Amino acid sequence: MLTTLPFVLLLMGALLAYVINRRAAVSLRAGGAALHSSPGYHGLFAGLAVIIPVMVITLLWMFLDGAVIERMILAGLPAQAFDGDDAGAVSLILTEIQSLAGGRVFGEPEPWKQEAADRLNALHSASGILLIAVIVVVSIAILALRRARLSPEMRARQGSERLIHGLMVFCSVVAILTTIGIVSALLFETIKFLNKVPLTEFLFGLNWEPQIPIREDQVAASGAFGWIPVLIGTLVVTVVALTVAVPTGLFAAVYLNEFAHQKFRAFAKPILEILAGVPTVVYGFFAILVIAPALRSFGAGLGLDVAPNSALAAGVVMGVMLIPFITSFADDAISAVPQSLRDGALALGSTRGEAMTNVLFPAAIPGIVGGVLLAVSRAIGETMIVVMAAGLIARLTLNPLDSVTTVTVQIVTLLIGDTSFDNPKTLAAFALGMMLFLVTLGINILAIRIVHKYREAYD
Amino acid sequence: MENQTSTIQLVQASLVRRKRKERFLKGLGLSAICFAFLMLATLVISLVASGHSAFVQTHVTFEVFVDPDEIREKRLPRGGFDDALAASLAEYLPGVDLSDRATKKQVEKILSNGAQFHLRDLVVADPSLIGQTIELTVPVSDPYDQLNKGGIDPDTPEENRRLNDKQIAMFNQLVAADTISKPLNWGLIINADSRFPELAGLKGALIGSAWALLVCFLISFPLGIGAAIYLEEFAPKNRFSNLIEVNINNLAAVPSVVFGLLALSVFIGWFGLPRSAPLVGGMTLALMTMPTIIIATRAALKSVPPSIREAALGLGASPQQTVFGHVLPLAMPGILTGTIIGLAQALGETAPLLLIGMNAFITSAPDGPLSSATTLPTQIFIWADSPERGFASRTSAAILVLLGFLITMNAVAIFLRSKFERKW
Repeated sequence: MLTTLPFVLLLMGALLAYVINRRAAVSLRAGGAALHSSPGYHGLFAGLAVIIPVMVITLLWMFLDGAVIERMILAGLPAQAFDGDDAGAVSLILTEIQSLAGGRVFGEPEPWKQEAADRLNALHSASGILLIAVIVVVSIAILALRRARLSPEMRARQGSERLIHGLMVFCSVVAILTTIGIVSALLFETIKFLNKVPLTEFLFGLNWEPQIPIREDQVAASGAFGWIPVLIGTLVVTVVALTVAVPTGLFAAVYLNEFAHQKFRAFAKPILEILAGVPTVVYGFFAILVIAPALRSFGAGLGLDVAPNSALAAGVVMGVMLIPFITSFADDAISAVPQSLRDGALALGSTRGEAMTNVLFPAAIPGIVGGVLLAVSRAIGETMIVVMAAGLIARLTLNPLDSVTTVTVQIVTLLIGDTSFDNPKTLAAFALGMMLFLVTLGINILAIRIVHKYREAYD
Repeated sequence: MENQTSTIQLVQASLVRRKRKERFLKGLGLSAICFAFLMLATLVISLVASGHSAFVQTHVTFEVFVDPDEIREKRLPRGGFDDALAASLAEYLPGVDLSDRATKKQVEKILSNGAQFHLRDLVVADPSLIGQTIELTVPVSDPYDQLNKGGIDPDTPEENRRLNDKQIAMFNQLVAADTISKPLNWGLIINADSRFPELAGLKGALIGSAWALLVCFLISFPLGIGAAIYLEEFAPKNRFSNLIEVNINNLAAVPSVVFGLLALSVFIGWFGLPRSAPLVGGMTLALMTMPTIIIATRAALKSVPPSIREAALGLGASPQQTVFGHVLPLAMPGILTGTIIGLAQALGETAPLLLIGMNAFITSAPDGPLSSATTLPTQIFIWADSPERGFASRTSAAILVLLGFLITMNAVAIFLRSKFERKW
C-alpha cells in the first residue's frame, strides 16, 4: 500500500497536469488566440514537467529512507547496546529490531529493543506520509507554475521535445551507469578483500580453501585464497567445451553454408538455434541426469576412473550449448566472403570442397576467430552447468576425468545462503568476480574488434 | 608423345581423390549436425522419460471417520488427525494390527504428510464434521507413488528397496480395495514448494517468475526503446555516443553471474532492498535484458526505409514527430519480437537469481514483488539438488513446464514477426 500509493499519486498528478493545461490551451484557442503549439503539446509539457522531477524525488526517497531511518535508530539506541563497535553485532541488533517491528517476536526482547522497534515503525509511517505530502505539494506547485506560464506564444512542443530528448539520453546513459555499477561494486569489495588477503597470495597462491574458521581455536581451517587451482579448473572445463564445440560448430557451418540443400538448411538452422535457447539450468540437469552417468560407465568400461562430477561431463554439455553459437558466427563469416572469391575458385576448376577449404574458409578466418573468442568468454562465464555438474573442491589438476571447480562455481557457492559483507569468504567471491569480469571483458573487446575490422574489409 | 599425359588426364586422375576429399568434408559436416541433433533429442527424450511420471500423482480415496475421541472441537486446530486417518485407512487393510506401534507408523506413512493438514483444514472449516464419516482423496507418500508408477521393482531384494515386503503387501491390499487412483497432478501447478515431493508444486515459482518478468519488462522495455531511439535516430556521431555503443555491446557479453554480484552488492547491500524478492530479481534481469532489447530495436528502426522519414520531415513534422509518429509504429513488430525473445532469455536465467537469494525454501506463494520468492529456474535448481527420488521426476517436469513457456514465447515472437513484418 505505502509503496504503490506514491506512484499512483504521481501518475494522477501528471495526468491532472496534462488535462488541465490541455483544456486551458483549448479554451485559449477557442477565445481566438493563435497558439504556437497545439493543445496536446501544452498538456504533454505540463505532464512531463510534473512526472519527471516528482519521479526522481520519489525514487531517491525510497532508496534512501531505509538507510536514513537505520542511522536514526542506531543513533537513538542506549549506549549499553553495543559492546565495542563490531559491525557484525550492530547488524545483528538491527535485524532483531527490524523483525520485532515486523511483529515477529522471539522470546522476551529487552525493553530498549522493543522501544526501538516501535520507533522504527513510527519513523517508517512518518516517512511514508511525508513522502506523500512532498509529492502532492511539489506536483501542485509545478502544476500551478506551468498553468500560470501558459500563453499562446509558449513553445510547448519544443519544451516537451527537449524533455523527451533528455529522457532518451538518460535511457542510454543507464548502460554506462550499469557498467559503472558493476565496476565500482566489484572494485569496492575487491579492495576490502585485498586488505585481508595480499594480492600476491590471491594471484599466485596454489591453495583455494575458503573455509574460514568459525571459532578461534578451530583446527585445520585457516582459509587459503590462491586462485590458481580455480583458474586451472576453469581452463580445463573451457578447453573440453571448445574441443567439442569448435570442430562440431565449424563443420556444421561449412556443411550448411556450402553443401546443404536449401530446404535442409531452412530446417536445420532453427533446430540448432533451439540448442542455444535452452536455459543453462536445464543443461546442468541434463549433465547430472544423463551425461555424467554415461561417461562414468563408459570410462568404467575402458578401465578409467571418472569422477561423478568430472570436468569432462560439464565441459561436454557446455560444448553442446556452444555449438549453435559457433555455427552461426562461422556461417555469417563464410557468407560474408564476397561471391567473386567463390566464383573465382570454382572457375579455376576447384571442387566445391576445395573452394571451401582453400579459399572461403581462410578468408573467413578472422570472423570465425572472433566468434570462437566470444564462445571462450561464454564458456568462462557460464555458471549453471558447472555449478550443477562440476565439483566444489579446488584441485590443481589438468585431468578432465577428475573433479575440478571453476571461478563461477566458487562465486555461487561462496555467496549462496546468508552472506555478510565483512567476511573474507564473501569478499573472495567478489574478487573472483572481478577477475572474471576483467578476463571476459578483455576477450570480448578483442573479439568485437576482430569481427568489426574483418567486416569492414569486405564491405 | 605417348607417355606425355595431357592436363585433362592429370586432372581426371586426381579427380577421384579430390571428390573423395569433398565427400569426406561433407560427411564430417553432416555428422556434426547429426551430433547436435542427437544431443538435442537425447536432452528432450531423457527429460520426458524422467518427467512424464510427475504429471500424474497417486492418490488414495477412502472413508475417514472423524473420531470424536481423537479430534475434539474445543482443541481445534489441534487434534489427532494422523491417528484418525491411520485408523480409517486400516479398515481397508485386513490383518493389520494398529496396536503395534511400528505397524501403525507404517500405515501412517502410506499417506502423504500433507493428508493430516488437509483433514485438519476441512474440520476447522466445518467442525460439524466431527463424528461423521467423510470420503477423502489424498496423495500417497513418495515411496508408494514411486511403487505405483513402477519406480520401485518388487522383485529386487528387499534390503535394496525403500519399501519392504509388508509395506508392498499393504499397498496391494489398497489397490485390491480399489482405493488407488492416478489422476492428473494439478498439485504440480497449484501447490507451493514443500519438503515432501508428493506435495511440492510450482505455484510459488510461477508467481515469482511472473513478478520478476513483469518488473523486468516494466524497466527494460521503456529504457531499452528510449536508448535505442536515441542512439539510432538522434545521437550525434561523437565520442560520447561511441562510448555508449561500446558499453552496450560489452554489457551484452558480460557473464550473467557478474550481474548477480552487482545486484547483491548494489541493490541489496547499498540500497537495502530485501533479499529473495522478485523486485530485485526483476531489476537484475532488466539490466541483462536491456542490451538485447536495444540491439533488436535498433535493427528494427534501421529496417524502416529512409523514405518514410523524408516524407514526414518534408511535410513539416519535427524529428521527434517523425520518429514517434511514423518510424516507431512501423518498427513495433520487430521491437516486440526482440523484447519477447529477450524476456524468454530472462525467464530461463538462473545464476544471478541464486546470488540474490531466490533459491530460498519458501512454502507459500509470494503476495507481491517484495516478498520472498523463487522463480522457475531457481526452483528447478533447488529440486535438482534435493536427494529424495520423487524430486528427480519433478525436476524434469518443472523443466518441461519451463521449456513449454519458452517455446510459447518464442512461437508468439515468430508469429508476430511473420504476421506483421513488412518487406520494403
